[in-house]
Amino acid sequence: MKYKVDEKGFYGNFGGAYIPEMLYPNIDELKRNYLKIINSENFRKDFEKLLSEYVGRPTPLYFAERLSKKYNTKIYLKREDLCHTGAHKINNTIGQILLAKNLNKKRIIAETGAGQHGVATATVCALMGIDCVIYMGEVDIKRQAPNVARMKMLGAQVRDAKSGSKTLKDATNEAMRDWINNPVDTHYIIGSVVGPHPYPDMVTRLQAVISKEVKTQLLEKEGRDYPDYLIACVGGGSNAAGLYYHYLNNEKVKIIAVEAAGKGINSGESAATIKLGKIGIMHGSKTLLMQNDDGQIIEPYSISAGLDYPGIGPLHSHLYETERAKFVSVNDSEAMDWGLALSQIEGIIPAIETAHAFSILDTMAFKKDDILVFNCSGRGDKDLETYIKYFKL
Amino acid sequence: MNRIQKKLKEDKKILSVYFTAGFPKLDDTKKIISRLEKHNVDLIEVGIPFSDPLADGETIQKSSKKAIENGMTIRTLFSQLKDLRKKVKIPVILMGYLNPIIQFGIEKFCVKSKEIGIDGLIIPDLPVEIYIEEYKSLFNKNNLLNIFLITPQTSEERIKLIDKNSKGFIYMVSSSSITGSKKNLEDNSFKYFDKISNMNLNNPSIVGFGISNRETYQKVIEKSKGAIVGSAFINFIEQNGIECIGKFIKKFR
Repeated sequence: MKYKVDEKGFYGNFGGAYIPEMLYPNIDELKRNYLKIINSENFRKDFEKLLSEYVGRPTPLYFAERLSKKYNTKIYLKREDLCHTGAHKINNTIGQILLAKNLNKKRIIAETGAGQHGVATATVCALMGIDCVIYMGEVDIKRQAPNVARMKMLGAQVRDAKSGSKTLKDATNEAMRDWINNPVDTHYIIGSVVGPHPYPDMVTRLQAVISKEVKTQLLEKEGRDYPDYLIACVGGGSNAAGLYYHYLNNEKVKIIAVEAAGKGINSGESAATIKLGKIGIMHGSKTLLMQNDDGQIIEPYSISAGLDYPGIGPLHSHLYETERAKFVSVNDSEAMDWGLALSQIEGIIPAIETAHAFSILDTMAFKKDDILVFNCSGRGDKDLETYIKYFKL
Repeated sequence: MNRIQKKLKEDKKILSVYFTAGFPKLDDTKKIISRLEKHNVDLIEVGIPFSDPLADGETIQKSSKKAIENGMTIRTLFSQLKDLRKKVKIPVILMGYLNPIIQFGIEKFCVKSKEIGIDGLIIPDLPVEIYIEEYKSLFNKNNLLNIFLITPQTSEERIKLIDKNSKGFIYMVSSSSITGSKKNLEDNSFKYFDKISNMNLNNPSIVGFGISNRETYQKVIEKSKGAIVGSAFINFIEQNGIECIGKFIKKFR
């Protein structure tokens, strides 16, 4: 159980709830209720029904034959890219909207970087008929125009975060400020396994449906319910947390997390938090953070808007510190090449975030009988413009 | 007795002013402090700028950003305040988010603060539970009073816990909001001030957030030991410079 959160919200040295008093009542309400609600029979019933009929779960565990042949190993892709709205993000928003209804909240707020979580949140709010405000950095609004339009079509109000660097971290600040200003009727749907306790644990549990399905699907296909390797990209770390969750205590399973190195670890334009970060406190959580010597948060960079977050979920900091997971980092160019490679080898155009994970096939050696499960966390539609520019398509 | 405790014993209402260290200019810190004292402000809160000030509105976000660009760090602040107590007699509190303080080193931070003659700390993202467990004895050893915030949503039980762990005053946030976001106070705020005053706490309360003019100041001090002005002061010095601080203070009393 050493990878589970403790009663104070810590994973080893990381986590907790370092929040201003203004957020305490909301966080406390969640902390007291989240397990009770998400373990209740009613919630499970509604959650599973929506995941199956609305999201399209279970997502396939696809044996990638051509890719396996090329790398002389057994490669499976967990097809989260086939979820409604195009990524794993909706597993979490479905869960949290049900939870918000249970807590009698009338208004939803969320932050978004690339817009995937914003779209997933706007979608479930439309589904439930609940007011929705999405905070998005001014810079991201410009570079992710199609997702902004999608959110608007879904009836959400998109507010630009103009503070700081005007990207994901600032959108998160703005959402938290909104929550401070609206302490009674609003629920904040955080999109990743970050933020104050209980968010990291709550979002992990909602995303854990990914590894739950992998277990059943692998058993069917391989006669055993665990792989040799689990591989996922990590920004805040929600798709990774979901893929790892049911295997954390199975030491036979090796865990690999892939971070975005941007233009290179030492280029000054990177988002590789594990490599570059030091322990600190941001957005209510003690975790590894990209920061300068004075404790000011450094603006990260990655070609994929979903990975440029200067922190990482406290669970992942703990997996790194205990050496349960191996962390590698991958440059923009390697990730982009894999975006193209996966498209042409398997006919799957991945999100640029997702493409990062596959780069380890070039740097690590695997045995012929090894079973690898990659989380194919999102599809590449949202990234077409970046792909077009990069490859001059 | 700590300077804050002495000041609170005086039979008068407290006017406390917050500003961000290093704003508008890097070396304005000491000048602002001495002018505030000259114009009979009772207590000063010196803000340590942070890149991600979660509880702050636009004004303090901007002043923090500018201060960081100006080069303000905890190290610089301590060196600017080295001789603070040669002149300044009124209590001085440092207010800042936890991360820069942790990176500086919490123990070193406390020792330095004591050396300089800092009297108290306000760390908005340090909840009382973690304070009790990890910080209380260190702060006590260095004679630093930790000031906690409460809001209209804070439960009575929690207010009592905070009161028990406070030795100066309680920072009563006037309404559920970030700093500098409200021009006026709502009726609900006054009901809440009454509720707190009826709780007969050990520590007096000083009201902050939303105090921007004489009217709000006068109303608030009827119900509490005093008031804290932050964003309004920062806006003033941004527009008028730091020379005429006296004019700003006269707007309040």
